[in-house]
Amino acid sequence: MITEFVNQIHGAYFGFLGEWPTLAMLGWNLLKILVLTVPLILSVAMFTYWERKVIGWMQVRLGPVYIGKGLLQPFADVFKLLFKEIIIPAEANPWLFRLAPILALAPAFAAWAVIPFDWQTRIANLNAGLLYLLAMTSLGVYGIILAGWASNSKYAFLGAMRSAAQVVSYEISMGLCLVGVLIAAGSLNLTEIVAAQQGNLGMFEWFMWPLLPLFVIYFISGVAETNRAPFDVAEGESEIVAGFHVEYAGAAFSLFFLAEYANMILISFLAALLFMGGWLSPFQGLGIPLLSADGWWWLFAKAFFFAFLFLWFRATFPRYRYDQIMRLGWKVFIPLCIFWVFVTGVMAYAGTFVAGA
Amino acid sequence: MQEIRNYTINFGPQHPAAHGVLRLVLEMDGEVVQRADPHVGLLHRGTEKLAESKPFNQSIGYMDRLDYVSMMCNEHAYVRAIEQLLGVEAPARAQVIRTMFDEITRILNHLMWIGSNALDLGAMTLFLYAFREREELMDCYEAVSGARLHATYYRPGGVYRDLPERMPQYKESRWHKGGNLKRMNSWREGSMLDFLDAFADDFPARVDEYETLLTDNRIWKQRTVGIGVVSPEQALAWGMSGPMLRGSGIEWDLRRKQPYAAYNQFEFSIPIGRNGDCYDRYLVRMEEMRQSNRIVKQCVAWLRANPGDVMLRNFKVSPPSREEMKDDMEALIHHFKLFTEGYSVPAGEVYSAVEAPKGEFGCYLVSDGANKPFRVKLRAPGFAHLSAMDEIARGHMLPDVVALIGTFDVVFSEIDR
Repeated sequence: MITEFVNQIHGAYFGFLGEWPTLAMLGWNLLKILVLTVPLILSVAMFTYWERKVIGWMQVRLGPVYIGKGLLQPFADVFKLLFKEIIIPAEANPWLFRLAPILALAPAFAAWAVIPFDWQTRIANLNAGLLYLLAMTSLGVYGIILAGWASNSKYAFLGAMRSAAQVVSYEISMGLCLVGVLIAAGSLNLTEIVAAQQGNLGMFEWFMWPLLPLFVIYFISGVAETNRAPFDVAEGESEIVAGFHVEYAGAAFSLFFLAEYANMILISFLAALLFMGGWLSPFQGLGIPLLSADGWWWLFAKAFFFAFLFLWFRATFPRYRYDQIMRLGWKVFIPLCIFWVFVTGVMAYAGTFVAGA
Repeated sequence: MQEIRNYTINFGPQHPAAHGVLRLVLEMDGEVVQRADPHVGLLHRGTEKLAESKPFNQSIGYMDRLDYVSMMCNEHAYVRAIEQLLGVEAPARAQVIRTMFDEITRILNHLMWIGSNALDLGAMTLFLYAFREREELMDCYEAVSGARLHATYYRPGGVYRDLPERMPQYKESRWHKGGNLKRMNSWREGSMLDFLDAFADDFPARVDEYETLLTDNRIWKQRTVGIGVVSPEQALAWGMSGPMLRGSGIEWDLRRKQPYAAYNQFEFSIPIGRNGDCYDRYLVRMEEMRQSNRIVKQCVAWLRANPGDVMLRNFKVSPPSREEMKDDMEALIHHFKLFTEGYSVPAGEVYSAVEAPKGEFGCYLVSDGANKPFRVKLRAPGFAHLSAMDEIARGHMLPDVVALIGTFDVVFSEIDR
């Protein structure tokens, strides 16, 4: 149904602009990007609402309740931020200061290009999808470093330094986790990674079982990568106030905010795609009507679960100290990852990962 | 070769973890603190000087504003000093009420402390849990004195008035109605003592809840164990008191060593730490909350069984009731004298200290026989603790400084006075 509808639009669009094929292609791609990013921005807005609500419930509070029964609160916040003045400190480097939020936001959104939502639905079906993702998620840290550097403030600088060290070291353990997935799936293409988790045993076909340590490490590294509690030392409001974005106000600040939340949703989707079978049903191959059907709703449900975990962590844990985060990353996660990548290799050699086996 | 210099960072006075207006000038080598230089005085209001210019009773309210999370304990020290100079003693019921409210204050203070300390270390949920319980106890303050913070409840010769027969109840609102409202008011059906009884029965479970979140939490332990170690000798040398001293393993508590009010009537134990680090001080304070709760419960039972006066009927010191004042010329004269001139205190000097939640809160009072103090000197425990900051913080990292400020339990009102 939907495919037909999209095909019709596609046909009509190219019929209309058929004389300028390059322009038509460009426009079509822009349209695809918009179809992805607009709901993404909206879901970031609603995610902030959900965060405040969930943490509110956990903390015996109500959370936002006033503007549109609370549901419109994120939009009120957005408009407030947009109308605020962007203050550039006198001693700051004005150009880098303006560039930094964009540098933080762009990769966070660009990474979504390779995320498949279904067998067909995605912007780009890259064969090196996983590598592209790694590249994009690592690029985000430049925005943070630049923000801390350009602000010319000691607190911001400390935040940037912490963030840089943290993201770089967790990038390694994250990358090693992805290597495990890569060995198991035999492909860097995200759709094929999901396809490799198909089978007749329901959720037991997913990679999260053979790769359980990698799965856990991946998600924790993801939390660290997005600078969220308990790894939020880059912001650490009680230590370095707001860290790298202490000097930012208004729309510039909201871009950092947007990037952070887009990254959180991205990590949630990736965890679902790489380890929990993406859009595959947890009852796949068991022949239960409705429940066994694969579809995007499973992917969204799984991602929603992981996104919820982010909030749960934030409400529960104290913050790590900066050097303790480093210790956890380098001395615990990376050795464990390397070991399990080796184990995965042995498993692959033994034939554990043949699709449907 | 390049010259490498440490850099200084201004931690506060406007900083989320500065607990008010601490200005800490930190000399940092990367993230490691080389020197910490606390600057105090930004909240100086001249309480001690102000007290010299008004009758004794009018300064009780200033005492609330010193350490604004342990209000009644501050009043207690000041009021006791006046009582000692006057040579009067409050009636037994007033003494027990004071004991009870000192302990309620201790719970209030420690709740505030655990909330803000946990928040400083990133565990923000505990903050709101602690404030949920604080709310109940604040209501007791309000019920008894009319003010939630600055009670001015203790007076020389007793306490302002007896405990109320009815606990104020929540009214229906958009958010509280039906079963929810009923549950919220379920403790508040009877008198304040009934309410406190219900609270004291429930409170240990709440403390367990906090401990579930923190005590065995690996991150919490990593952040507090071995941080800010104070050896017993050092703690004594620095003039520390209260949980800072007991956390280092020295069993020193004025409630036990120099009993005042009605403390020798009640059973409680004094928890002490072993290592003198932030974690031990955390454990000490958690246990102190339980012990305070125990005392409150005993006080409630005593107060139920022993009605009586809560104010000395010595009209040279304490005012007669409004009723008497309207009826009796003598009482009217006493009232007029007390609320204009006040009472004169015999010449002399006295030091009276109480075990405030933060440590020894003392009041050194000199009287020249006039109706105003000649000199008041207040000993704030936080001042001694904060002065050890440089020595303790050296070599720790920036986030540890936050943990340290939290564990010192500093309140700038009392340090700057």
